[in-house]
Amino acid sequence: MSSGISRADVEHLAGLARIELSEAELDRLAADLPAILEHVAVVQQAAGDDVPAMSHPLPVDNVFRADEVRPSLTPDQALAGAPESEQQRFVVPKILGED
Amino acid sequence: MAQTDRDQTDLTRLSADEAARALAAGETSSVELTRALLDRIDAVDTEIHAFLHVDPEGALAAARESDERRSAGEATSYLSGVPIAVKDVFATIGQPTTCGSRILEGWMPPYDATVVTRLRAAGLPILGKTNMDEFAMGSSTEHSAYGPTRNPWDTDRIPGGSGGGSAAAVAAFEAPLALGTDTGGSIRQPGAVTGTVGVKPTYGGVSRYGLVAMASSLDQAGPVTRTVLDAALLHEVIAGHDPMDSTSIDAPVPAVVAAARRADVKGLKIGLVRELGGSAEFGGGFQPGVLARFDEAVQLLTDAGAEVVEISCPSFVHGMAAYYLVMPSEASSNLARFDAMRYGLRVAPEGVVDPSAEQVMASSRDAGFGDEVKRRIILGTYALSSGYYDAYYGSAQKVRTLIARDFAAAFEQVDLLVSPTSPVTAWPLGDKLDDPMAMYLQDVATIPANLAGVPGLSLPVGLAPAADAASDTAADAASGAADQLPVGLQFLAPATADDRLYNAGAALERLLEEKWGGPLLAQAPALEVGAR
Repeated sequence: MSSGISRADVEHLAGLARIELSEAELDRLAADLPAILEHVAVVQQAAGDDVPAMSHPLPVDNVFRADEVRPSLTPDQALAGAPESEQQRFVVPKILGED
Repeated sequence: MAQTDRDQTDLTRLSADEAARALAAGETSSVELTRALLDRIDAVDTEIHAFLHVDPEGALAAARESDERRSAGEATSYLSGVPIAVKDVFATIGQPTTCGSRILEGWMPPYDATVVTRLRAAGLPILGKTNMDEFAMGSSTEHSAYGPTRNPWDTDRIPGGSGGGSAAAVAAFEAPLALGTDTGGSIRQPGAVTGTVGVKPTYGGVSRYGLVAMASSLDQAGPVTRTVLDAALLHEVIAGHDPMDSTSIDAPVPAVVAAARRADVKGLKIGLVRELGGSAEFGGGFQPGVLARFDEAVQLLTDAGAEVVEISCPSFVHGMAAYYLVMPSEASSNLARFDAMRYGLRVAPEGVVDPSAEQVMASSRDAGFGDEVKRRIILGTYALSSGYYDAYYGSAQKVRTLIARDFAAAFEQVDLLVSPTSPVTAWPLGDKLDDPMAMYLQDVATIPANLAGVPGLSLPVGLAPAADAASDTAADAASGAADQLPVGLQFLAPATADDRLYNAGAALERLLEEKWGGPLLAQAPALEVGAR
């Protein structure tokens, strides 16, 4: 697979990642990323189809804890770093469109 | 006239083990020791910039408590009263935790990381938080939003990264102990280029709870020290099962301190990794001086009775490529938590009336993240996106399997593997900042251990000329000023056999110090004590 990644692709990815990049940043990333992708693309030839994927160094599956009440953060502690809060809640900008 | 740091000896120069023994013998107090280190920070950190935050009140309060417990005859841990510096990636109550990022500027965590809880329980005063590449992304600490840390061996050079602050603090005698994290070499490579000891424990050996995640399947916390024994002592304090981290290993901690005290390589079988030995065949890039010091150290091991054989791990050559897909993929997911809603920076977009949460999120992340973080988030988003997932992330995961198999096959033949830690000595600040690939290549030898989850220890094995020495001035060459930078060697062991690293590391350290007539850091140039 070619590592063709255009400036428009970078802009689309930035949208997916929720980062409002400036024009200069888009230019720079559109220059950097193809070079990096060209280097990392060797992984595509490195392993055969019979090689299983490894997502993690430890063979752990689900780990459960006992379902019991334990001490936790107070509302004040949990809200201490909030940009804005009110009545024990995080205040956030609108999340739904007008229409 | 400025004094040099040679005037201020004793307490700041003690290893953690020496300090612990002095405290136990009543020869000094934790308050006295902590004050000496705070004074040292005050004197040299304007130049070094190892710390993002110093906490004199908190450290002295913990020191007083340790002294009181000791004088009351209460049981104290071995390291009780010995101060430590903590990388700014660990959550700490009462001290800001920024991860070197603007997006977390001033953030005060409402909880402690488990390792920090354990430090406090063991009575170690926390001096402050150390500088790092933003979210641990980098090999030079130049990607910190708060300015770079300088290498105590040559303050125009990088201290390695991402944990350059922790390594420089220890190398500059601002702290005998520090905590770091190693995702692709961020403990070991700074250790190599600053002449200090750094250990990446087995994945799962030390809790990640409260460690701000970059790549969850690779991140591991570990010790940063000046001696192998000190690293073992700190390892024993921070390691062990934690119910708050589901990837934490539920088994006894390897006997690392006993191993460091044993320090005997006689009869050990050690494999020299062909692919990490700098052969031009494999991409090379290893500096001649690094290879020379490495070869001499390996010879010392052989002379001391170790059997050194060459081992091939063919898939290691693809480690860097796999790492620079797995790491950004996991990072792009982990850093989604910085959404400007619950904590951290919130920046409203300019010229937008009544912006949506999504717009605020996007402008906050643009303002709060630096270039390298953005680069990796975009790279990871690409590698995980529909249509590219199998080709990039999926293929990288298969390479990970091959690398783990290479380790397994190697450890059927040998007890330990060995290689240079970093292909080069410390480079000048700014040198690789505009070339991401050049920076990424510095991790070539350290990455395989993270991908497979095995432990690694780096220790100093001597000094070598700078890679750029030829381009330095004739005056530098004549004075030898450009010829004196630390070189590191790393041991790698099978998962959960961390004790083997400490045994071999302490043995090699002893052989080298016999040769040098003392620790390598005794040869470091004196730092000018800043005017106050």
